[in-house]
Amino acid sequence: MILPFFVIIPLGAAFLISFFGKRIKNFADLLANLGTLSLLVFSLYSISLVATHKILVYKVGGWVPPMGICMVLDGLASFMLVMVNLVSFLVALYSISYMQRYTDKPKFYTLFMLMLAGMNGIIVSGDLFNLFVFLEIASIASYALVAFGTEAEELEASFKYAVMGSVASSFILLGIALLYGYTSTLNMADISLVLFSKPSSMIVKFIGVLFLAGFGLKAALVPFHAWLPDAHPSAPASISAMLSGVLIKVLGVYAIIRIFFNLIGINKVTLSILMFLGAVSMLVGVILALSQWDFKRLLAYHSISQIGYVILGIGLGTPLGILGGLFHLFNHSIFKSLLFLNSGAVVYSLGTRDLRKMGGLQEKMPVTSNTNLVASMSIAGIPPFNGFFSKFIIIVACIQAEHFGYAFCAVIGSILTLASFMKVQKYAFFGKLNQKWQNIKEVPWTMWLSMIVLAIICVVGGLLIIPLFRPFLQSAVNVLLLGTGYKEAVFAALR
Amino acid sequence: MENKKEVGMTLIVKAITRLTVGLILLYGIYIVLHGHLSPGGGFAGGVIIALSFIHLMLAFGRETALKKLSEAQASVLESLGAIMFLTITLLGFLGGYFFLNFFFHKGNPFALFSAGIIPLCNIAICLKVGAGLFVIFVVLISFKGLEKEK
Amino acid sequence: MSEYILCFTLFCIGLYCVLRKRNIIKIVIGLGIIEYAVNLFFVLIGYRRDGRAPILAKDQVISNMVDPIPQALVLTSIVISLAVTALIVAIAIRIYEKYGTFDITKIRRLRG
Repeated sequence: MILPFFVIIPLGAAFLISFFGKRIKNFADLLANLGTLSLLVFSLYSISLVATHKILVYKVGGWVPPMGICMVLDGLASFMLVMVNLVSFLVALYSISYMQRYTDKPKFYTLFMLMLAGMNGIIVSGDLFNLFVFLEIASIASYALVAFGTEAEELEASFKYAVMGSVASSFILLGIALLYGYTSTLNMADISLVLFSKPSSMIVKFIGVLFLAGFGLKAALVPFHAWLPDAHPSAPASISAMLSGVLIKVLGVYAIIRIFFNLIGINKVTLSILMFLGAVSMLVGVILALSQWDFKRLLAYHSISQIGYVILGIGLGTPLGILGGLFHLFNHSIFKSLLFLNSGAVVYSLGTRDLRKMGGLQEKMPVTSNTNLVASMSIAGIPPFNGFFSKFIIIVACIQAEHFGYAFCAVIGSILTLASFMKVQKYAFFGKLNQKWQNIKEVPWTMWLSMIVLAIICVVGGLLIIPLFRPFLQSAVNVLLLGTGYKEAVFAALR
Repeated sequence: MENKKEVGMTLIVKAITRLTVGLILLYGIYIVLHGHLSPGGGFAGGVIIALSFIHLMLAFGRETALKKLSEAQASVLESLGAIMFLTITLLGFLGGYFFLNFFFHKGNPFALFSAGIIPLCNIAICLKVGAGLFVIFVVLISFKGLEKEK
Repeated sequence: MSEYILCFTLFCIGLYCVLRKRNIIKIVIGLGIIEYAVNLFFVLIGYRRDGRAPILAKDQVISNMVDPIPQALVLTSIVISLAVTALIVAIAIRIYEKYGTFDITKIRRLRG
């Protein structure tokens, strides 16, 4: 019953903001925050729903699924919903002050809510074409948001992103068209059923390649990563946090795992391709990040690298590997959005993103500095923080599955990440204060509040693997382990 | 462009436009209202309605068309269309499901008043698409104006 | 079969246009060609030889109708590509305002 509201609330908020936003002062701020807050509450409630019902199927318009469209809530969907809506709520809170620098806040919130609607829609959709439509809603909103500042660099980045994204979407649509031609259905569970009853053929492999290319481009896996380091830093900081924190995961990683694990069915070859892509992204991303002096660009390269960890963990295919991958997915969304919000706070006060011009911000901006320290330790995998646990699980899973080379790559990547964030801390926050920045102040309270909340989640996030909170992660892992058993689960829930 | 009073195209174009623009608008409305019976629907009809305004703009110049429907009005209509569509779909909860076609008596096939919520949805989509396309066109046109000032 | 191959050729032409051309507007046109190719392919999937329009009246048999679902889906995807094209054209115009050129090789302020 609550399922359609994950799409209705952001869509309704988006249109109401565009309708009333200019007329009523502060309406946009209020409605966006209320909307994201209610979504967060709904998504937390969905955890308990999944715990009791395992899987919920909602028939849109009362039509029965192989004919009609359905929405599916299972462990993985609820896990992703919590992640997306948590980050988006904190980002919306942060945007109240941060977006004062830009003109036309209502337009920003409209696009933001549309992007959120697209992401939530992708997660709950049980229909392949609906997934594509929501994916396009989220992508188009993000193209526009990257160009929001309308400066030369932002437009250039947005153009690059939009061209690459459209090509990726065309690949995905071609894959969907071929899949429809082969199975004559669009419902994900039904597709899986039909594929299962037919003998395996080359066309399914070709469709798999198309989907991997399309969604891989959206997820910025390494051969397809060229747009990300331009697009993510160019957006306003709160949007960079959304893009790096959740968008690439929902559009890329979630779609890949949903389609390959639950729809087409995973096999050894696909797994090894995923692992290879993950390991390559991990190393290439971090090596390119080392030489960056632009704060946000450095973070963007780290997104590529961390997505590599996630894909490597999931590509292992073992229960432990998938657990580590999904756990890292969650953790990365928390600490990467925190880092981007920190960079936004620095830009808000200083107006520059160049690390060489900063220095000694520790005394002037204590909250930003300390939360940034927490996030840096998390992303580098220092023990008490959440990043350590997920990286450790991934490395252990690699060793357990006897992929020693990949385990070694993961360790190297982690060390290089640590090195690169030591550089950030040293140049930006420690050391001597530059005379130019004598008069800067700490950022307004809505901004530091959301940063502190994220930092707290970074610290306590590691608790998710203790038995008390384990079901939250485990139910998501179970969906992947179920594999193509997804179809039976969906059809059983319909009866 | 040399003569400031003569905005837009030549007399012939203007005369023809005066004759045809109303028909185009009417045809668009027809397509929208018969969307559930014959090929067409909210999107196609909305595009035709937007084209009638664009036609006006091409023939008479920007100001004349914006007097009929200004940019702000168009963007209000656009949001209104979206809100209307969402409201119609939300009303489906009366019957228990999101997006439910909640009219229990759906009328006779091929009658104008039939098919439940589909004509209403078509009207909402037409508002959204027509106003949206018009705004897109106006915005792209005004970019060109900026460039000329340079 | 030949129409599918032609579709694929059209797709490749569009891809070539996006990857190889230096003018921004040509790239946008290339994107359009790719989208048309995919849409055409999608409609062809639903095509039946000697098929009729899929309207269900009293004395009609379903068997010789064309498949209506691809047509509905293609309509959606056309709307989406309209939005993308409008957005990209707007961005292209703004890029021209800032850089004064449509040449992609000269629009390179972002590096690294």
